[in-house]
Amino acid sequence: MTKELDHGRTNAAQGSRIDAYVDRYAARAAGMVASEIRALFAVASRPEVVSLAGGMPYVTALPLDLVGELVADLVATRGSVALQYGSGQGDLALREQICEVMRMEGIEAGPDDVVVTVGSQQALDLITRIFIDPGDVVLAEGPSYVGALGTFSAYQAKVVHIAMDDHGLIPESLEETISAVQAAGERIKFLYTIPTFQNPAGVTLNEVRRRQVLEICRRAGVLVVEDNPYGLLGFDREPLRAMRADDPEGVVYLGSFSKTLAPGFRVGWALAPHAVRQKLVLAMESAVLSHSSFTQLAVGQYLATQPWREQIKSFRELYRERRDAMLAALDVLMPPGCTWTRPGGGFFVWATLPEGLDSKAMLPRAVAERVAFVPGTGFYTDGDGKRHMRLSYCYPEPDRIREGVRRLAGVVEQELQLRDTFGTGSMPGHVGVDTPGPDLA
Amino acid sequence: MSDIGHVLVLAGGLSYEREVSIRSGRRVAEALRSAGVDVEIRDTDATLVPAVLSDPPDVAFVTLHGGAGEDGAIRSVLELLGVPYVGATPDACRVAYDKPTAKAVVRSWGLNTPDSVALPKETFHDLGAAAVLGRIVDRLGLPLFVKPSRGGSALGASIVRTAEELPAAMVGCFAYGDTTLIEKYVEGVEVSVSVVDLGDGPVALPPVEIVADGGVYDYAARYTAGRTEFFAPARLTQEATEACAAMAVAAHAALGLRDLSRTDIIVDETGRPYFLEVNVAPGMTETSLLPMAVEAGGRDLGALCTSLLEVAVRRG
Repeated sequence: MTKELDHGRTNAAQGSRIDAYVDRYAARAAGMVASEIRALFAVASRPEVVSLAGGMPYVTALPLDLVGELVADLVATRGSVALQYGSGQGDLALREQICEVMRMEGIEAGPDDVVVTVGSQQALDLITRIFIDPGDVVLAEGPSYVGALGTFSAYQAKVVHIAMDDHGLIPESLEETISAVQAAGERIKFLYTIPTFQNPAGVTLNEVRRRQVLEICRRAGVLVVEDNPYGLLGFDREPLRAMRADDPEGVVYLGSFSKTLAPGFRVGWALAPHAVRQKLVLAMESAVLSHSSFTQLAVGQYLATQPWREQIKSFRELYRERRDAMLAALDVLMPPGCTWTRPGGGFFVWATLPEGLDSKAMLPRAVAERVAFVPGTGFYTDGDGKRHMRLSYCYPEPDRIREGVRRLAGVVEQELQLRDTFGTGSMPGHVGVDTPGPDLA
Repeated sequence: MSDIGHVLVLAGGLSYEREVSIRSGRRVAEALRSAGVDVEIRDTDATLVPAVLSDPPDVAFVTLHGGAGEDGAIRSVLELLGVPYVGATPDACRVAYDKPTAKAVVRSWGLNTPDSVALPKETFHDLGAAAVLGRIVDRLGLPLFVKPSRGGSALGASIVRTAEELPAAMVGCFAYGDTTLIEKYVEGVEVSVSVVDLGDGPVALPPVEIVADGGVYDYAARYTAGRTEFFAPARLTQEATEACAAMAVAAHAALGLRDLSRTDIIVDETGRPYFLEVNVAPGMTETSLLPMAVEAGGRDLGALCTSLLEVAVRRG
């Protein structure tokens, strides 16, 4: 029997939510929703669009034929190991090679303290899993790597951002924030930092500040998680000394072959104090049993047989040329009022728009003009970042970068006119993730 | 296998709704394959024309949303290539896709649609936004619904409840298009009525009622399963249901549409329907309204799409 309601409506059967499990998801899944901003990146994957949005390394520069031979040889000669389960901690020979790689940044460590992970992203996930209870505080640079923020949010951590400037995280801001958080009775579990060629800001924590940050965290009993995927990709100098090199007990170091070799292998690692490492191995086993033996051995074979240091140098040259192309184009083309960082390595420039502009409101127009970037809001958990955008130069060739910046400059001009017309450059808020998936160039 | 021959499903494109279109295309292709149809799914890029010329399909199904998929452009190209297709002609698409024009046409046919004004951004720039917006609020009142004059998936659309919210809504709207449609917002039940014509005249499928969490059927509510509750058929009285069906069929006819369309309607507290907009390439994703209506009507999506393709093939 139906009952007549307002709106010429009857009270009929229950509706459908398309999802039979809608009431059963964990609270941590609440933010996992479709996003119009993210949908725009689907357009950015088309070749007509110059994408300055993604962070894909330029793997085409690798000697792919040699890598192919190496992989074929691996299966032919060591297939029974490569195609079998491995240990939760990772292949021992590879862990020894990883220690050799880390030595380039001043780290002295043994293979027992290394855990090989599925990219450094999994190391982040495991660390968060073993340290974070819902509501615990993670300190992170503002802005910070979106993949890390996503992981922290998935474990229901509260992220508190620490201000940065052109020299990286500001120690005074760190100290003040730690005091304020502790005074509020909240528990800080760790500081997450990308000290070298930071994603997304492109800036590097200088040596003086590295010591200060370590000292502040040591005094406050805060563990430092040093994420260093870009450390070997400096353009103008030898690799900086890692923070871990100066504080083996206070720092968990995350490394990756995604940028120095190829992300498709999904090989990263964590170097951790002994007790933390033990828990990471158990957490690793509960997550995936063991990493892929096949890709671990492939990376090991590559390191053992190929001139990998030379390859990293050639990547540096390639990315330096692209960085130069982007900075030169920005200098010439961007309207007054825009500023940007000048990275000494890595993949990203962090640009700031004139007062009143909203990079998220600008993205649809940019996509219509066939250029894409990542709005700054994706790199904060607190809604900050509207006036910023991340521009990556790692994937497009220099001519495309220049063309992309030319288009972007035109879009900024249009946004300025809109701001002047309406007295605001911001649009109403929306929900969802503002950053592209990992497979966007 | 079906005897329709080789079917080309077009999906993707360069509009803001590319991702939705890809999902729609896959869904249609899957439904057709399960009905035994030989299907190829393609993006609309520089390879399309040479590919169609070298291996012409027998018929095309356009699941491109926004831009070229709905403004008639791709259909014009299909006509140039001599490929029959499901759906409205380019001329009809051009009229239907432009929301202010479509409103004017259906209003001239006596259909009820909220009062509105459509203005390009230059007007605000040249005449001063504050003065123009102030006059709009005076004339149309509040709340208002702001959306781009073209496009879909609620991109750039927002409800404005106070005059202070209007400038930000305009910026959000102009992010997705150069002309805005500002409509008097009608509070009521949101329903969507799909219309299909399998050669015997347009027929309305059961209306689908949309109840979005938080009351706003935005992008997240549209494409995140679970964020919106759908009632198919809508919880309307017989009288209101019939009025909505009649409105959708009349809009389909008034705009000269063919094969299928979807009309979005608001039913106010008195049971009176208001035409909001019509879609010539309705969404076909897992959370889209037309497939729900098809199911509520006791039909199978694959069988319906096959019938629509047969109509298109016969038409040639």
